[in-house]
Amino acid sequence: MKFEKKADHAYLLDVKGYVCPHPQIYTKKALEKLQPGDVLEVVFDNPSSGESISTMCDITGNEIVGRSQEGAQCNWNIQKA
Amino acid sequence: MSSATNVETIALPGAEATAVPRRNILWAYGIVGLFALISLGTFAYNEYYTYLSVYLWFGFIYGVCLQYGRFCFSSAFRDLFAVGVPRMAVGIMIATVLFALVGAFVTATGLSTFHPAPTSFHSVVAGFIFGVGMVFAGGCASGSLYKAGEGNGVAVIVILSISVTQAIFADVGGWTNHLVPQAWHESALSKGLPEVINVSDGWVDQYLAGYVWNQPVTTYAQIMGWSNESVAGAFLGNLMVGVVLPAAALLAVVYVFWSRRGFKNKRAKAGGQADFTFKDELAGYWTMILASKRTAIAGLVLGIAAGLHMFVIQGLRVKFGVKNAGTLLERMGFDFGISVNGTVFDPGYWYVTTQEAQWVGWVLQKLGTENMDNIYFGFVNGIPNPAINPADWMSLALIGGAAVMALLHNEFKFKKPTLELATWAMIGGALMGIGSRLGLGCNVGAFFVRVSQGDPSGWLFGFGMIGGAYIGVKFFNWWTERKMAKEFAACDF
Repeated sequence: MKFEKKADHAYLLDVKGYVCPHPQIYTKKALEKLQPGDVLEVVFDNPSSGESISTMCDITGNEIVGRSQEGAQCNWNIQKA
Repeated sequence: MSSATNVETIALPGAEATAVPRRNILWAYGIVGLFALISLGTFAYNEYYTYLSVYLWFGFIYGVCLQYGRFCFSSAFRDLFAVGVPRMAVGIMIATVLFALVGAFVTATGLSTFHPAPTSFHSVVAGFIFGVGMVFAGGCASGSLYKAGEGNGVAVIVILSISVTQAIFADVGGWTNHLVPQAWHESALSKGLPEVINVSDGWVDQYLAGYVWNQPVTTYAQIMGWSNESVAGAFLGNLMVGVVLPAAALLAVVYVFWSRRGFKNKRAKAGGQADFTFKDELAGYWTMILASKRTAIAGLVLGIAAGLHMFVIQGLRVKFGVKNAGTLLERMGFDFGISVNGTVFDPGYWYVTTQEAQWVGWVLQKLGTENMDNIYFGFVNGIPNPAINPADWMSLALIGGAAVMALLHNEFKFKKPTLELATWAMIGGALMGIGSRLGLGCNVGAFFVRVSQGDPSGWLFGFGMIGGAYIGVKFFNWWTERKMAKEFAACDF
């Protein structure tokens, strides 16, 4: 697991290789630390975590502003509400 | 088709169109073709193989549904507690109600293969242990099968751990006999089991024959004074009282605690009226149910398939004039690994863990271990060759069905487990294995199937699983907090 600051208001959470529930828990904890407007790029390759992260954002109001997929690897950008 | 010749675009219901490499599609065709070949080839050899093929194709459907809906019983409770996501709890309740509805029809026709299990506090304890295990493992028993079909190495370790733990736990004797209460020991001896079972040697044997078998076996229909096969019993007792009302109540709790606030916020953001009426509450409840289309669709198909599975198996039993696949295996000339009762594991519906214990039991037997002297293998389930074990066909096809869907979604990826995840997988798998044997089933056999068929022990196992999932999440919250703290510190948070 890797969490780092990429630029001002932009962070990266790399949870490739992790299975449930790790990616969604790390994503939740990372988003809780960020300020409103900050963008978190989450990199994961566990398909079921995507469903949970997507629903979590829907409920909390955080917005998934970008999604890309290469093979089984997903890169999602989530903007904190 | 895209401009690239080795890529095709596939759109599956409820999902965005995905560019899929052609080799994935060929692999998917290959898997389906292999299963078709097995079914046709074995049928040509002997029509009794139809029985095994029915298990195979229902297993395939389960695998397709589980992968498509990312359907994991573990996440139902875990994601509620860990990240406040109710989608899987909703999906499971949809599947359970649908399975119960089809099951009620099947039961009312007298063609149900279901037998309720003993009901007592042991189901709660077993569910609790299983619940902790499934959070540690990252997936439940059925979830691990479908994730193995996605190429997930952690899931393979979980399956191995569940399988080995069960096979050993079911046969363990020696010093563990000293842990058996005297009352269980005496009660087990009084059951008059065949000498070959040697019931006084084995903790699980004495737990089963000395305690579990003494507990009441009932259904909601019988509690209300109806027979299971009566229309009132099947539809009012088992379906309405046993499933629909508790499921609706459970979902109401989930809505109030995990979904309502988000729905209200969204309404307010969209400029909705300040008053939140009962009609709005119902709208919020319904929105929660439909929040994940994929999960809802998977739940719908799973529920119907699980009900039909019972119907078709019972139809074949009537056609072939048997009550258990053990008779068919003997007629086909296979006599190894069949229990003293002439039976093998043949649930007649979706099940996961016993066939996992059986294949390890078979391997251990081949390596020289005497493990047919216990109730689990020797008296009830046997340890037939995995190649002709009906339930093994179901599990292998489940993995295959999930692999087909993962390939078609371009989600298949071989993932090597890290040491950290492998450790959790082994611990979680072992706990699930122990929980399964104590509860006489896993999240499918002891919860999903039993709840759906009006067996009160199913909800008891479920409540235990919820408690176990809560403790498992508490642990992982602590564990991830520690790891995140280091990362945050490096970012000056």
